[in-house]
Amino acid sequence: MRYSGLKVITEGLFGNKGWTPAWRDPAPKAEYDAIIIGGGGHGLATAFYLAKNHGLTNIAVLEKSHIGSGNIGRNTTIVRANYFLPGNSEFYSHSLKLWEQMESELNYNVMHSQRGLINLFHSDGQRDAFVRRGNAMINQGDDAILLDREGVREHLPYLDFEQTRFPIYGGLLHPRGGSARHDAVAWGYARGADQRGVDLIQNCEVTGIDIQGGKVVGVKTTRGAIRAKKVGIIVAGRSSQVAAMAGMRLPIESHVLQAFVTEGLKPVINHVVSFGMGHFYISQSDKGGLVFGGDLDFYASYASRGNLPMVEHVMEAGMTLMPMIGRAKVLRSWGGIMDMSPDGSPIIDKTHVDGLFIDCGWNYGGFKAVPASGWCMAHLMATGEPHEVARKLRLDRFATGHLLDEEGTGSQHNLH
Amino acid sequence: MRLTCPLCGDRDRREFYYYGAEDYLHRPVEGAPLADWDNYLHLRDNPAGVVRDLWYHEAGCAQWLVVTRSTVTHEVSGVELVAERTVGRAK
Ligand SMILES: Cc1cc2nc3c(=O)[nH]c(=O)nc-3n(C[C@H](O)[C@H](O)[C@H](O)COP(=O)(O)OP(=O)(O)OC[C@H]3O[C@@H](n4cnc5c(N)ncnc54)[C@H](O)[C@@H]3O)c2cc1C
Ligand SMILES: [Zn+2]
Repeated sequence: MRYSGLKVITEGLFGNKGWTPAWRDPAPKAEYDAIIIGGGGHGLATAFYLAKNHGLTNIAVLEKSHIGSGNIGRNTTIVRANYFLPGNSEFYSHSLKLWEQMESELNYNVMHSQRGLINLFHSDGQRDAFVRRGNAMINQGDDAILLDREGVREHLPYLDFEQTRFPIYGGLLHPRGGSARHDAVAWGYARGADQRGVDLIQNCEVTGIDIQGGKVVGVKTTRGAIRAKKVGIIVAGRSSQVAAMAGMRLPIESHVLQAFVTEGLKPVINHVVSFGMGHFYISQSDKGGLVFGGDLDFYASYASRGNLPMVEHVMEAGMTLMPMIGRAKVLRSWGGIMDMSPDGSPIIDKTHVDGLFIDCGWNYGGFKAVPASGWCMAHLMATGEPHEVARKLRLDRFATGHLLDEEGTGSQHNLH
Repeated sequence: MRLTCPLCGDRDRREFYYYGAEDYLHRPVEGAPLADWDNYLHLRDNPAGVVRDLWYHEAGCAQWLVVTRSTVTHEVSGVELVAERTVGRAK
């Protein structure tokens, strides 16, 4: 079924009885040409582009819970292309271009809103670093505008510019940055993949990976064994467990990241604002809730909930930056499990097992990467060759020393 | 979460700095093959279950601790001083 404005109106007139489920609920077949483990944003986008770009339609996405239950439904939805290092820069630039055509490509409203992202800075040194970053973004063909303090004030008059700890010197505005509706991205790719024949199999946990003579031959699941000559591991925070089924030890440590949302308010924050010094960022959802978050809880964890010290820290940072939000009531908070890599950059690569591929290490920045990750992982699985914008996202770069440490914080997993 | 430091007693999590898995105790010897450094710095078991990791009692006795805890429930089952540890000594 194609969605359109006309369809919404006619359905509205006739009691909304004509809508059909957005995807099927098939039973797993005994064999597929390719299997994707993990029905998060990246797994679904990979399945979609395998079908759309490479004509591979006899494929299944195996999801242990339901579609959208992982980080794809837990993130704070910032979409941006403001990376600095070659390797990341071209990848996220490609991703932002795919975002800009996503809604028409999927025939799905993902509420992508390029409202502008402003990263604040608070010292001369930080300003220099942001000038350099802005130039790297422009060189990549993306957009960046340096704002001085008065420039920031025009956009964000409600900030406390004179706060004693981190007075605001200015900001880097990325006009094409913004946000989107996270669930809709999962649903849009799920529906698009299903329409092209992909089987989305929910409540199907992969419990083993079958390997014979160095080649992958299938997977074991809670719904029986399924054969396939190509398997992609795309399970975000659970990457270490699934890779261990193929005898791999990954450069990943899993950490919890929390987020918060307030009651719905009238429009008050029109951009995405990030306050790096205080570990705080915020935007306002289309429903009116202020969506905000901060840093990791800092210790390895698989509990999808956080601890109180970080709650306190995030609230304090928010109050420092924009005291006006103190009167909003926090409605909910939650946590998601992040696959933290030792250089803060992702991995899209083959493995030592023939036919087995891995896409992981998204840290807390994998939402914006969903389309490009799917695009490049599909390219890799279909052709056996890395896509040109994902060439540097190699699994062996840690062993060879070709790290992509965007923040220059060293190899400690939780510092990125 | 709270940790019971062997020297200072039961303390709030905020007094401690987290470093990472106890793999950091197995620093390769000089001249060791690069694969050993990769293991030491990057590769992790990263279990959903019991883990032994390194914490620093920054706001207390300034000792490094090996904490045995569950990454799923956050339950802590043991804290020992790195200086006096009985298991996990570098080979
Ligand atoms: C609080 C928070 C805020 C964030 N904010 C941002 C942001 O503003 N911008 C941004 O770009 N990114 C952000 N992120 C990061 C982003 O959400 C993730 O990097 C990204 O969603 C991870 O990829 P995914 O969508 O495929 O993961 P997931 O949705 O987690 O998908 C992985 C799936 O694999 C499944 N799975 C696991 N094990 C198995 C198994 N054995 N068998 C079958 N299935 C399995 C899981 O159930 C899960 O559904 C944030 C994350 C969090 C938690
Ligand atoms: Zn102590």
